[in-house]
Amino acid sequence: MGNSVNASGANQKSNRMKYVRIGILLVVVLIFVFIADITVNSYVRRILNLCAIYTILGLSMNLVNGFTGLFSLGQAGFMAVGAYCVAVFTVPVESRAAMFYLVPQNPAIANLELPFVVALLLGGFVSAFFAFLIGFPVLRLKGDYLAIATLGFSEIIRIVFTNTQTITNGALGIKGIPTINRLWWTFGIAILVVIFMFLLINSTYGRAFKAIREDEIAAEAMGISLFKHKVLSFTISGFLAGIGGGLFAALLGTVDPKQFYFTLTYNFLLIIVLGGMGSISGTIISAFIVTAGLEWLRLLDEPHAIFGWNVPLFRPGLRMVVFSILLMAIVLFWSRGLMGNQELSWEYVKKVPDKVRNAFRIKSAKGGAAK
Amino acid sequence: MKRILAASVAAVLAIGTLAGCGSKATNDTSGAGSADGDVIKIGIFEPLTGANAAGGQLEVEGMMLANEMRPEVLGKKVVLVQADNKSDKAEATTAAARLIEKEKVACILGSWGSSLSIAAGDLVKTNKVPAIGASCTNPLVTQGNDYYFRVCFIDTDQGRIVANYCADNFGAKKVAVIQEVSNDYSTGLVKIFSENFKAKGGEIIDGGSYQTNDTDFSGILANLKSSNPDAIFAPGNYTESAMIIKQARAQGITAPFIGCDTWETGPFIEVGGSDVEGAIMTTFFDDKNPVNDEGKKFVEAYNKKYPDKQGNIDSVAALGYDAYMLALDAIERAGSTDGTAVRDAIAATKDFQGATGAITINETGDADKDVAIIKTVKDGKFTFLDTVKMK
Amino acid sequence: MTMATFMQQLTNGISLGSLYALIAIGYTMVYGILRLINFAHGDIVMMAAYFAFFGIAVFHIPWYITFLAVVLLTALLGIVVERTAYRTLRDAPRTSILISAIGVSFLLENLATYLFSGIPKAFPEFKFMTTPFSVGGVLIQPLVVVVPVVTILLLFVLLFIINKTRLGMAMRAVSKDYETARLMGIEINGVISATFGIGSGLAAVGALMWGMKYSSIQPLMGVMPGLKCFIAAVIGGIGNIKGAVLGGFILGLAEILLVAFLPSLTGYRDAIAFIILIIILLFRPMGILGEKQTDKV
Repeated sequence: MGNSVNASGANQKSNRMKYVRIGILLVVVLIFVFIADITVNSYVRRILNLCAIYTILGLSMNLVNGFTGLFSLGQAGFMAVGAYCVAVFTVPVESRAAMFYLVPQNPAIANLELPFVVALLLGGFVSAFFAFLIGFPVLRLKGDYLAIATLGFSEIIRIVFTNTQTITNGALGIKGIPTINRLWWTFGIAILVVIFMFLLINSTYGRAFKAIREDEIAAEAMGISLFKHKVLSFTISGFLAGIGGGLFAALLGTVDPKQFYFTLTYNFLLIIVLGGMGSISGTIISAFIVTAGLEWLRLLDEPHAIFGWNVPLFRPGLRMVVFSILLMAIVLFWSRGLMGNQELSWEYVKKVPDKVRNAFRIKSAKGGAAK
Repeated sequence: MKRILAASVAAVLAIGTLAGCGSKATNDTSGAGSADGDVIKIGIFEPLTGANAAGGQLEVEGMMLANEMRPEVLGKKVVLVQADNKSDKAEATTAAARLIEKEKVACILGSWGSSLSIAAGDLVKTNKVPAIGASCTNPLVTQGNDYYFRVCFIDTDQGRIVANYCADNFGAKKVAVIQEVSNDYSTGLVKIFSENFKAKGGEIIDGGSYQTNDTDFSGILANLKSSNPDAIFAPGNYTESAMIIKQARAQGITAPFIGCDTWETGPFIEVGGSDVEGAIMTTFFDDKNPVNDEGKKFVEAYNKKYPDKQGNIDSVAALGYDAYMLALDAIERAGSTDGTAVRDAIAATKDFQGATGAITINETGDADKDVAIIKTVKDGKFTFLDTVKMK
Repeated sequence: MTMATFMQQLTNGISLGSLYALIAIGYTMVYGILRLINFAHGDIVMMAAYFAFFGIAVFHIPWYITFLAVVLLTALLGIVVERTAYRTLRDAPRTSILISAIGVSFLLENLATYLFSGIPKAFPEFKFMTTPFSVGGVLIQPLVVVVPVVTILLLFVLLFIINKTRLGMAMRAVSKDYETARLMGIEINGVISATFGIGSGLAAVGALMWGMKYSSIQPLMGVMPGLKCFIAAVIGGIGNIKGAVLGGFILGLAEILLVAFLPSLTGYRDAIAFIILIIILLFRPMGILGEKQTDKV
C-alpha cells in the first residue's frame, strides 16, 4: 500500500525512473528465459515450467485471499475446468476413439479440435463463468463458511468430471494432449498475468479490493459495492486459475479427476502464505522457492548414509512431513511471509540492509520489520 | 520464538546438506564408474509414498531381487535408481524427467498405477527411453506409444477371462457389478466384463458405484441384495473391496465376490478377515505352482531374501522381477544401451521365460501371455484355484 | 422397493448418521468457543484409530484398557494441538488460524503416512459387535444399535456438563463473549483446553466406533468424514451440540436414502453433503437449531 501512495505523491521524474526500472527488469527476465530455454535440460525445464504455472495459480489465489480478504479454497476446481477444456479440445481427433474406449465421446464434441490458444482461453472463460455462477450464492458467506463452501464446490466439480464419462472420459482420464516443452508459453503468460495483476491492484478496483480486505463495513460505508467487487475478484481469480490449469494440463500431457483433489489447493496456499498474503512479488518469489524447494527436498525421501551409518530417518514420506512443518512454522512464527503485503521495489531493496540489522536486534525485531 | 525457528530451519538445512554429502559419498563408488561407462543405470519409477505406496514397494522388492540375481549385463554393473512418483501425476512427470535427464537411465521400470505410467508416457516417447510397466493394466498405457511396454496382461484380457470363467466354470447367469467410479482400472474392467458376459448370454445388474476412499457401502449393498445375483463382480482397490465384502456379509448377502489382480495383497485379507473367504480373483502368478523354471528360481530366491513373507508372494513382485529381467534381456540382445536399439529389442521379444510365464510382446507393446491364474481366499491365504489359457 | 429393503436402508442411514453425529459434536464445541473450523478434527479421529490399533493389535493390551487410554491420549493430542497451533495465534487475523488448522491437518496426515505407511491396517475385530442378528428380515449388527445409544448417552453427559457444572458455565460464558468472560475472571486458556480435550475425546470414541464398523484404517481416513461431520455440524447449527447430533443423523440418512431411491446417482454420493451444505448456507446460514448472529462493528 505504502508503495502506491509513494508513487502517486512523487514527481514525474521518479515515475519515469520507475518505468525504466520495470523495463530493465522485464528485459532481464526475458533474457533469462531465452537463455534458459536453450541451455537447460528437460528436467530443469519442467521444473521451471511448473514454477511459472504455480506463479499464475498463486497469483490467482492471492487476488481473492490476499487482496480481497476472502478465504477461498476452490482453486483446484477452477484449475480442473481449465485443464479439461484444454484436454478435451486439443487432443487430436483421430486418437480420441481409442481413448474413449469405454464410453464413446459425446458426438457434439468428438470432432471438435481447437488450437491450443483458443482452448486455453476458452478454459479461462469457462472457469471464470463457473466462478461467477458459484460466486453469486457463495460470496454472501463469510470467513470459514466461504472456505468450506468453495472447497465443497471444488469437490463437486471433481465428482462431476468423474461421472461425466462422455465428455471427460471419467476416471480413465485423457492423455496425449499436445505438450508444451519450451518455456515461452508458461513464462510469457506468467509475465502477462503479473503485469495484469499490477495494473489491476493499482486501479480503483484494486483499491476497492484492499478496502474490503481491511474493513468490509467501512468499505461499504465509503460507497464501495461489496458484492460487485467480491464477485469481480472471484471471477478474475477463476479465469486465472483456469488458464493456469490449462497450462498445467498441457505441461503434463494428461489429466484425470484425481489430480484435482482439494489438497492440490494447499500447494498454492503454502505459496501465498510464504510469499505474503497480498503481495504480487512475494507470490512470484515463493512460487519458485516452493516448487524448486519441494524438488530439492526429495533427497529427504531417499535413503542416506552419514559417514557409513545408514540413517533410519530418511525414508519416503519425510519430505512431506518437513513440508508441512515448514508451512506450520511460517504461519505460527512468520505470519507475514516473505513480503507481507508489500511489493519488491527499488525502495524496498534499498531498505533491506536496515531490515536485516533490525531483525537481528532482539526485542524490536517485530516492530522494525512491520512498517 | 524467532530464534528457535531460525535455529530449527538451520538444523534442517544442515541435516539436508549432510545427507546430500553422505549420499554423494555412497554414490561416488558407483557414480565414478558412470562417467567411464562401465555402469548401466535402470530407473525404478514407482509410488513409494501416497495412496499406491503398498503396490509400488512390492514391485520394487521384485526388481531389487532380480538385480541381485542378475547384477550385470554386457559386462557392466547394473545400478537401480529409484524415483518416487508419490502416487501423483504432476510428481510423476518430474520423477520421470529426473530419471531420464539427470540420471540418464537406459530403461525405466514401472509404475504401479496405470495413470502414473500414462503421465510418464510422453516423456519416454519424446526422449526415446524405453519403459517397461510391471502391473499397469490400463490399455491406454501403451496405446500410441512405441516406447512403453509391459509384462502383464491388460484389462481387456482380464475382463474377458473373468467373464468367461464366471459363465463357464462358475455357471453364473446373473452377475451384479459394482464399480469404483473414480478408478480407471475398475470402470474399465466392469465395462469389459459386462460386454463379454452379456455376449455369453448372461444378465448384468448394475450394483452401483462408489468413490475411492469411501468407507460406507451399506446403501448400494442393500439395493443389490433384493436383486439376488449369482455372483458379484467388484474390481477395485483392495481396501474398499474388502470393506464392501465385509459389509455385504453383514447385510446377509451370500453371493460370491469376484475381483481381479489388485485384490491379491496382504491387507485385503487383513481387513476382510473371515468375510473374504471364498473371494475369487484373477492374477498373474502363484508361488505354490510356478508355471516354469524361472518361476521356481524366483520363488526360491524370494523366500530366501524375504523370509517373513514365506509362502505368500505377491504377483506384482513377480512382475517387477520380470520387468527387470526383460529389460536386461533386451539390453543384451540390443548389444548397447541406446534407447532405440533397446526399444526394438523389447518390441521383438518372443517367448521370453519370465517368472509369471512366457511373454511375447505384441504389436501394441503389451504382453501376450500363455496363462492367467485364478485364485481364491481359503483359510486366510490366497490359494490356487485354476489356470486359464489365455488364447 | 420392498419394505424389508427400505427398513434395511433406514437402519444403515441411522447407523451412519450416528457416527457422523459423534464426530460432529467435537467440531461444534470448538466452533462455539473459538469460532474456528478445526480442520484437524478429522485427522485427530484418524490418530485415535491408530492409537487403538497399536494398543490392541501391536501391544496386545486388553481392549477396555486400550479404549480408555485412547480416549485420554486423544484428548491430550487435542490439547497439544490447541496449545501449539492455535493459542499463539489467539490475537492473529482469522485467516491465520484457519491456515494453521489446515496446516495441522496436513501435518498429521503426512506424519501418519511417514510413521505408519500408507498401507491400510486392519482394525481389531470385535465379533460380538459385528455378528448380525435378524429382526423381521432386516439384518442388524449389534454395533448399529450401540453407536446411536452411545452417541445419545454422550450427548446427555455433555449437556449435563455444559448446563450444570462450573466448567460448563465458563464454556458458555466464553462462547457468548470472549472478552467479558476474561474480565469476569474466567481462566480462558483452561476453558479452551478443556473444550479441545472433550471434543477430541469424543472424536476418539467416534474413531473406535468407526474402526469397529469399517475395520480398515489408513492415514487419509479422517479427511472425508472430517469434512462431512463439519457439514453435519453446520446443518444442525454450528455451536449447538444438539444441532450437531441432529445434523449428523440428517446427513447420514440423506446419503443412504439418495442411494436407496436414486441408485443411478450413486457416483455423485460424496457431492450430496456439499450440496446440502450450500443449500443450508444460503437459506438458513445459522443452521436448523442455531441462533442468528449479527456482526459487531
